[in-house]
Amino acid sequence: MRVRSASPPRLPKWVSVFGAVSVILLITSQALALFGTPPDRDMGETMKILYVHVPSAWIAFLAFGTVAFGSVMYLWKRDLRFDVFAAAAAELGTVLIALTIVQGSIWARPTWGVWWTWDPRLTTTAIMLLVYAGYLALRSFTDDEERRARWSAAVGIIGAINVPIVWYSVKWWRTIHQVQSTTESVDDIFLAAFLLNLATFTLFFVYLLLTRFHVAQLERAADARLEERAIGGVIHV
Amino acid sequence: MSWRREWSRIRAIVWKDLTAERRTKANFNAVLFFAVLTLMLFGFAFGPDTETTRSAAAGIIWLTILFAGVLSFNRSYEQELEGGSLDALLLYPGERRSIFIGKLLANLGFVLLVEGIMVPAAGLLYQLPLGRAPGRIALVLLLGSIGFVTLGTFYAAMASRVRAREVLLPLLLFPMLIPLLLGAVQSTAALLGGDLMGNAGSWIRLLVVFDVIFIAVCLLAFDHVIEE
Repeated sequence: MRVRSASPPRLPKWVSVFGAVSVILLITSQALALFGTPPDRDMGETMKILYVHVPSAWIAFLAFGTVAFGSVMYLWKRDLRFDVFAAAAAELGTVLIALTIVQGSIWARPTWGVWWTWDPRLTTTAIMLLVYAGYLALRSFTDDEERRARWSAAVGIIGAINVPIVWYSVKWWRTIHQVQSTTESVDDIFLAAFLLNLATFTLFFVYLLLTRFHVAQLERAADARLEERAIGGVIHV
Repeated sequence: MSWRREWSRIRAIVWKDLTAERRTKANFNAVLFFAVLTLMLFGFAFGPDTETTRSAAAGIIWLTILFAGVLSFNRSYEQELEGGSLDALLLYPGERRSIFIGKLLANLGFVLLVEGIMVPAAGLLYQLPLGRAPGRIALVLLLGSIGFVTLGTFYAAMASRVRAREVLLPLLLFPMLIPLLLGAVQSTAALLGGDLMGNAGSWIRLLVVFDVIFIAVCLLAFDHVIEE
């Protein structure tokens, strides 16, 4: 019997163009922020970590919001694409939150004199990293596609619910973190550079998410093809 | 859905799990000895100074509860999987969440029994004034255990059915328990110290909120986790 497979999904051209544009914008906005803004009156050059640190933290939270959204949508619609979407966001979020913690540590050392303190934002971030590491571990240990989707959706939703509870409990427990600057205490040029970087980071994140989603679909198609070959028929993914 | 019929299903599951445990006792004894062993190890790690161990005691007690308890959750499903009885349980008519509530209550009974022996043992080992507020300390133990066992029973429904279940369950469970650990340790420490600052109350409220939220969420999500 002749085995014929549907050709794997292709990455749409606009995604590649969008990716190239977002990379160029990201590099430009980072360069502008690094070289185009003056050092801060109090914190000097260390303050420039703001342009990397806060956007990566923001993107990490956006990613985990996306995980919760994909999880709820999967349980509602039972479409595996939502599950793959949530997983793609979880991987990105985990990498970004790890980066956020490392950057924060590097900034905390000259500013506070320590690499780590048990303050609510720091601690909550670290706990989120652990929760989503568990999410990814559960995925990698579960073979059945449908079961993996249901289980990780449950873990993704419950993990998101836990975030505010962790934050408040740690806040009660101890607090010394730098209070968020309001826009009034920040000069316009810093604010403009910051918002610009926030936007370009978000664009780059969207590109990474689309690409990871595409790769995950390719993986599914490849798995299906392996199965096809094993049983000698056609499976529709 | 008839509440009375669901309640009788829940009771049947609790009875079944606790009877299986009572007839062998192997698991209870092992977990209990593990808990006492852990208390001893913490004593060696922080001792021999009584003041040091006493000030760390609330944390030691709760970490011991977490470490000992996590050993028992997977077993509550493994028993079912070995005999293929989980499938049978799922085939019976009625609500899936009755299975969850039944397992939760059986696990809660198990953990409370272990605590009933382990906490007085900690009191002896670390010379703790447990008699200072016995009612409120028992309340903290109960509230902390409810939240712990709820999430433990929920995650074990998944973790017990995959490879590497021994490491996966604590990896999933412990990060979720951090608010509970803070609330339980802080209120226990406050009560052991006489609660001079009146802090215990707000931490106990945190435990109540944690319990209510996660009981509700786990009940809603359990259908998705167990369906086959």
